[in-house]
Amino acid sequence: MVSKNNVLPEGLDTFPKLLARNAKQWANAPAYREKEYGIWQSWTWSEVFEEVNALAMGYVALGLNEGDYVAIIGRNRPYLYWAMLAAQAAGGIPVPLYQDANAEEMAYVLEHCGARFIVAEDQEQVDKVLEVQDNLPNVDQIIYFDKRGMRKYEHQHLNAYEDVQAEGRAGHYRLAPVLAERQAKLTEDSTCVMLYTSGTTGKPKGVVLSNTNIIASAKASSEFDNLSASDSVLAYLPMAWVGDFIFSIGQSCWTGFCVACPESPETMQADLREIGPSYFFAPPRFFEGLLTNVMIRIEDASPLKKRLFHKYMAHAKKVGPALLDGEEVSFMDKLKYKIGDFLIYAPLKNTLGLSKVRVGYTAGEAIGPEIFEFYRSLGINLKQLYGQTEASVFITQQPDGQVRVDTVGVPSPGVEIRIADSGEVFYRSPGVFVEYYKNQESTADTKDADGWVATGDAGFIEEESGHLRIIDRAKDVGQMADGSLFAPKFVENKLKFFPNILEAVVFGDGRETCTAFINIDLNAVANWAERNNVAYGSYQELAGNPQVYNIIQEHIEEVNKSVATDAMLSGCQIHRFLVLHKELDPDDGEMTRTRKVRRKIVGEKFQDLIEALYDGSTSVSTETEVTYEDGRKGLIKATLELRDVAVVPVNKEVAA
Amino acid sequence: MSETYVTPDGRTIGAPVLEMKNITLRFGGVVAIKDISFDIREGEIRAIIGPNGAGKSSMLNVINGFYHPQEGEIWFRGAKRKPMKPYQIAQQGIARTFQNIALFKGMSTLDNIMTGRFNQMKTNMALQILWKGPAEREEQENREIVEKVIDFLEIQAIRKTPVGALPYGLQKRVELGRALAAQPKLLLLDEPMAGMNVEEKEDMSRFILDVNDEFGTTIALIEHDMGVVMDISDRVVVMDYGKKIGDGSPDEVRNNQDVIDAYLGVDHG
Repeated sequence: MVSKNNVLPEGLDTFPKLLARNAKQWANAPAYREKEYGIWQSWTWSEVFEEVNALAMGYVALGLNEGDYVAIIGRNRPYLYWAMLAAQAAGGIPVPLYQDANAEEMAYVLEHCGARFIVAEDQEQVDKVLEVQDNLPNVDQIIYFDKRGMRKYEHQHLNAYEDVQAEGRAGHYRLAPVLAERQAKLTEDSTCVMLYTSGTTGKPKGVVLSNTNIIASAKASSEFDNLSASDSVLAYLPMAWVGDFIFSIGQSCWTGFCVACPESPETMQADLREIGPSYFFAPPRFFEGLLTNVMIRIEDASPLKKRLFHKYMAHAKKVGPALLDGEEVSFMDKLKYKIGDFLIYAPLKNTLGLSKVRVGYTAGEAIGPEIFEFYRSLGINLKQLYGQTEASVFITQQPDGQVRVDTVGVPSPGVEIRIADSGEVFYRSPGVFVEYYKNQESTADTKDADGWVATGDAGFIEEESGHLRIIDRAKDVGQMADGSLFAPKFVENKLKFFPNILEAVVFGDGRETCTAFINIDLNAVANWAERNNVAYGSYQELAGNPQVYNIIQEHIEEVNKSVATDAMLSGCQIHRFLVLHKELDPDDGEMTRTRKVRRKIVGEKFQDLIEALYDGSTSVSTETEVTYEDGRKGLIKATLELRDVAVVPVNKEVAA
Repeated sequence: MSETYVTPDGRTIGAPVLEMKNITLRFGGVVAIKDISFDIREGEIRAIIGPNGAGKSSMLNVINGFYHPQEGEIWFRGAKRKPMKPYQIAQQGIARTFQNIALFKGMSTLDNIMTGRFNQMKTNMALQILWKGPAEREEQENREIVEKVIDFLEIQAIRKTPVGALPYGLQKRVELGRALAAQPKLLLLDEPMAGMNVEEKEDMSRFILDVNDEFGTTIALIEHDMGVVMDISDRVVVMDYGKKIGDGSPDEVRNNQDVIDAYLGVDHG
């Protein structure tokens, strides 16, 4: 292994050390907040240090050994973050799990890592563990935080969180030296955390991340965006996700900023407004949903407010992003923006809880240009980043002043990027994971001897700006019959930005032209049907409506225009399409549980429809088997219309 | 009658809290309740079931002092109860919810639940207007109790929402919250699950069991949904046309021929 000496500053290379430093340096500054009983409760760094140590000593008293895995299951709560920090303080390794996983999924991960200790938030999570406990011989102790409903359980191996802490405190004289001894053995190469990837293909894999990985990534990214102890975040994304670990533990412990936890998942929006974080992360669908809500509320507002909103938002669109990037804007435009800020932008940002956001990130999927622009034009510094669990999040990110919707930014500090001949993106950085736990084969497939990691995504670096652009999943990228590049996701994402289109599947690998299946978004299209007095009796009937076809055709033609402007991908314009008679569904195996289309299965299942798209016929009859939620199966029969779409001629080859 | 016994799932049921002895209630010539006796014991979940018009709600109204029976005695904690006003009975630690939701529609969830504390507030109006010293302290204490109820029922997200704007199932939960805020010893629930979908019913059942388990609150409930009743109650009283036709554990009641006849109908021919 490559020697990683001197990557981290002396004395700050493990989390117990960071915590000890914070307890001195920011003793009375808030470290964690949580809203409970309607009031924001807060804990200072020195209090957190005490809580974590009490729990860590309690672990030891319960028999936690060095190197034991401690599974943590629940929603974002300070107590569970402390449970992770305490695991490290006692020489163990925290493994956060997705709280909404069902018992079998949980069983796989618990069995795979051989967790001996489980910290569960409440009865619901404890029940799931007990349900599968017979297959988990390694599980020794379960610790639960919320006592509600737990009274009747047999407590031989069940412990209340506060009791474990009390035991730790009581045994202080005996246990503190054990902690000290264990912590002295931890180094920057010790495992910091193990995170399971969500497993879109096959079983989840345990990604082992060392202290160097996490702390170096946290340090570099904090410096990149000038994060400091005065910043604050709202922790609401799953604790098992690497991003949350980096933000709420890594960067928080490194810079000393405060992590606020919402009262409940449903109150997140209200809590966001109350906390007003300065550093914020959300996936594109969050920003989409928020924008839709704003638009609906504006439709219901008084005519004056509506007019003001549209007038000033138009102006914001014109100059907002330029102002944010520090470009020259005329005095009059600046003045008008100031007025708009007073009347519209500032109150709107305040309502959304985004007033204080200094650094905002979105990642995970492509974000719609209009959505991205909307937030940028309000003066919210929303940026994009590209990351992976295997990289301790950061691969590329956008620096202030260089934000664009179609790139994912420049390599993060300390990250090297290489594009292979196949177009696949590789990276190497101090954040690169150690290995997949108990899976040498996958480790070797993903990471080579020099530390380069394959992302599985195809992309290229823009020559003039040095920004990385991601085209598609590498295994989906193909070639058209004429040799030009075929990137279905690129086109599908553009299609999905239209509210009327829920899902799109583009075909064309090895063929002359591209074609597409479209799934309409029932909410949006039904809303349109209601406004336009279009009657329909079922999803199938609405999907087959000629007027709906007209709308979709217009959308696709717009997408074609936009695709045609891209020199590399202009061959991916869609020539023919059909609107599917059923929604793609995970129950039918057409999508993963995280709602990503399984291209291959869709292609096999609807083979007859694809053939019809390419043989020039104008309609096709088909039968499809569907699975209902209770597991029964049924058959849908439908006759679907196939339509040609206008394409923009491209220089090298003119297609009709 | 006063010995304790242990239920099949291992909980200890104590001495009778409330004893109804030969209660008869008439409205003019109509006899709503005819000579009914039963008891409610400390810590149990006691269900009153029966077809429409059997007199179940009237029985609850008798317990909580809304109606005064013409005949019969009510014994509360071993002493005969004099005729009392509903608020006096509430002060004894008996709270209830209503079949048709009786909340203040224009007030928020929080304020509605706060009204459940009204009986416990001792400062007078003058002090409350001044809002210093005792009144402020009292408000804080009561707010804390109310917030714990909100946390317990998991309705933080609707704390500030006007109750009229909430879906039916949540309004029912708010109503339960208001009853809980009074920290009752005996909780009367009038059809807590009427009009709910399956998921809402499951949630409500869990809350009822949790209230009983966490706070040791004795619960008497009226319910139509037989499945729910049989699942959550310790003992069941069955009424039909104002008379008691069955009393016992869910299993005993389920196999009682009179009860089967009342529910499934019997050939009178």
